[in-house]
Amino acid sequence: MFTKFLSRKQQDPENLSKVYIPSRREFLKIGSLATGGFLLGVNFQCSGPKGDPISFAPNAYLILDSDNQVTLIAHRSEMGTGIRTSLPMIIADELGADWAKVKIIQAEGDNEKYGDQNTDGSYSVRMFFEPMRQAGAIARLMLINAAAGKWEVDPSECRTEKGQVIHSDGKTADFGELIEELKNQEIPKSEDVKLKNLKDYKLIGKDVPIYDAKDIAIGKAVFGADVDIPGMQIAVIRRSPVIGAKVVSFSDEKALAISGVSRVIKIDGQGIPTGLDKALEGIAVLADNTWAAIQGRKALEVEWDLGPNQTYDSARQLEEMVKSTLTNGQIRREKGDFSNAQRKAKTVLERSFVAPYYAHATMEPPVAIANWKADFCEIWAPTQHPQWARTAVATALGIPEEQVRVNVTLLGGGFGRKSKPDFVVEAALLSKATEGPVRVQWTREDDIHHDFYHSLSAQRIKVTLDDEGKFSGWNHHTVFPAIGATSTPDELHPSDGELGLGCIDFPFEVPNIRIETHESRAHTRIGWLRSVSNIHHSFAVNGMLDEIAEARNMDPVDMLLDLLGEDRNISFEGEMKGTFGNYGEPIEKFPWNTGRLKNVIRRVAQEANWKESLAQGKNIGFAAHKSFLTYVACIVEVDKGANGELLIPNVHYVVDCGVPVNTDRIRSQFEGGAQFATSLATTSAISFENGQVQQNNFDGYQVIRMSQSPRNIHVHIMDSTEKPTGVGEPPVPPFIPALCNAVYKMTGKRIYELPIKI
Amino acid sequence: MEKYSLRINNKVHEISAESEMPLLWAIRDLVGLKGTKFGCGQGLCGACTVLLDGSPIRSCSFQLSEVGDNATITTIEGLSDKGDHPVQQAWIKHVVPQCGYCQSGQILSAVALLGSNPTPSDEQIDTAMNGNICRCGTYNRIKEAIHTASISLK
Repeated sequence: MFTKFLSRKQQDPENLSKVYIPSRREFLKIGSLATGGFLLGVNFQCSGPKGDPISFAPNAYLILDSDNQVTLIAHRSEMGTGIRTSLPMIIADELGADWAKVKIIQAEGDNEKYGDQNTDGSYSVRMFFEPMRQAGAIARLMLINAAAGKWEVDPSECRTEKGQVIHSDGKTADFGELIEELKNQEIPKSEDVKLKNLKDYKLIGKDVPIYDAKDIAIGKAVFGADVDIPGMQIAVIRRSPVIGAKVVSFSDEKALAISGVSRVIKIDGQGIPTGLDKALEGIAVLADNTWAAIQGRKALEVEWDLGPNQTYDSARQLEEMVKSTLTNGQIRREKGDFSNAQRKAKTVLERSFVAPYYAHATMEPPVAIANWKADFCEIWAPTQHPQWARTAVATALGIPEEQVRVNVTLLGGGFGRKSKPDFVVEAALLSKATEGPVRVQWTREDDIHHDFYHSLSAQRIKVTLDDEGKFSGWNHHTVFPAIGATSTPDELHPSDGELGLGCIDFPFEVPNIRIETHESRAHTRIGWLRSVSNIHHSFAVNGMLDEIAEARNMDPVDMLLDLLGEDRNISFEGEMKGTFGNYGEPIEKFPWNTGRLKNVIRRVAQEANWKESLAQGKNIGFAAHKSFLTYVACIVEVDKGANGELLIPNVHYVVDCGVPVNTDRIRSQFEGGAQFATSLATTSAISFENGQVQQNNFDGYQVIRMSQSPRNIHVHIMDSTEKPTGVGEPPVPPFIPALCNAVYKMTGKRIYELPIKI
Repeated sequence: MEKYSLRINNKVHEISAESEMPLLWAIRDLVGLKGTKFGCGQGLCGACTVLLDGSPIRSCSFQLSEVGDNATITTIEGLSDKGDHPVQQAWIKHVVPQCGYCQSGQILSAVALLGSNPTPSDEQIDTAMNGNICRCGTYNRIKEAIHTASISLK
């Protein structure tokens, strides 16, 4: 996720994620392996905090061995997006490898070796498409040179395909046969390294099944809790029930009496602020099996000083937040003069939108394994951010990072939760305390009670229409406890980064725009959830736009196309009071192009037969939203079931994510995104009373089940040669308002509050 | 502590455990088969689904004392020798998994459904699979895979 959201320590390398041009110097490392294979390391140059180039050790390893196997290292975390397949696939395609003979191994967390490994913010493909192609192209050129030398032919007469170098006269050599020649190869000159044309790729742009599909289907895939270490103790922790609560006293007598329970250890939390990477205050029960640890925890007797959040009530805070939107806030973007537009307006529409806290509820609850031995801590964890886990563990244990190794397992879901390494730190602390291996296992209740929640939010949007019915003014108030407040409680306004997610980047041609924020305090740990504040911003903005279209007697699709104006790049220049983040990318490199959004809008209207379906009286709703630099438009159809339940028979998505890399995984992210968003829109909500979360498990915090899922999710991918952008998060934001707008068609009632009540 | 002989995937495992211990933890922690997953501990999500004499149970909420001496338990590891059960093949063909964590439970629920109803309708699939949550949102592909497996099982 954006470095701005992270703790101060994490913020420093502003450009941690800037990985583009491979440097010539230190570019390659060639080595022989003891096994007789050949290793190629390609350095992705990263720029440092001040833009200074930093040379890292080679960090994309490619290993060829004599039996023609190509081993590629996946350095990003697999949480279900398919990245463990999609990035290595790019190298393999550029190289001309035989995909069936590619083996993928997962990298440990190591900034020096791999650069940025923070798998978040839908940016893995965006960041690594070019470096991966470069890596493959270098290896291909070296193989070709090796074969050409052996055959005494011109390298330009050779190509690679399916793990072979092929000469124009038909001679072939398996990659594995060229290992000896490769060892004598010079590093190619950068001008000789040519990337393939997009049309020549065999894997990129196609449906490529995920590498782990079979292992998952036969139960052999290794997730966090599946790592076993002899002698490992299992820890289950009673954590502070209210953020900031401290243990006054506890008795472990009954817990220790339970068969299998070995020890009870207190973990000192730092209180408020909790930060994003620290353990919460708690009492850990260690046992030789998970069940005994769970039973032991039940038997603990703990007296808490609940601290300042013990009276916190989220419903009351939300009411206060809604009230605050009626006042003048801090202006974050200003264009023209909204007050003047309001004075001259013929019609003013003013609506308030609220949305609750959400929990991530990954199917795999947080879990981590630590093994402390001789001042070295080895970790196995389902982490989205192994480097942060490494830093956080080193800090918590007071040892240098070099004495921490973080192995990354598959993640049983992430959605932003598993970026935060608090659960990894817990395991490390307990392993050090016991000087042995420990698995910290969170239960589902732990997960629901102690998440880093998506913020609850209140928004008010005021719209003015002039004498001619033209859309003359937009005034958007937004208030929600900021992610930053989890580390810095005095951050009372959302950050520029959070506002850049669907709020201040309002792209429409309206002459008078004012965007304001208000103060709110965090009373729990706030984090980022799949698409972050785009969730609530898109809900309000696109709901409001639909209402404006109705007030103007316009088709909402036509209105949006009209409001986007000419096809052009927009920059919001001079309008932002702070910084427009553009998802961490320079706007020159990834411009905000109105034409691309218009194209997905036109296409979705066509794919869903928008006008005809409306004429037929279908209950359909529309929304379009660009997030994470990916352009998406969505049309959702709803219906009522026999028992009055909400049905979603059809969803149409059109996505422009630049060059499509793995089309099957693009579709699967949109299919899953629609289902994830259906939960957010219809079933899920977290609330607090007396400082404590009121939901416990999937009975209280509900996510959709199969019968509630949208039926047919049609995903249409735009052909594009633009730079590729991510698809993990972009499906969520437009779906929710498209669904709300469809529900309005069916019920005649606008949706101003999530989750939707029918 | 009690002694139990658990017949899992046609192999007998002798274990000692408290009688209240849920079968899930016996399978994972004591027997060491890790394909069966922990999701909620309350029988609400289905990640821990295994087959007990061919019927799906939520092993997180099924105590060892309830298992019975002659019961046969099938976990994901025991569904086929080579990962070629028609349901597993259908899962691979449709590339159902995203993160994959819930899929052992999904597959076993699907196997049980097809065992009792070889040609289920969409609605029957919904009913049978509603106890298995997938947070990534693979429901539609699960449904397609069940239809595919249904055809190949004929």
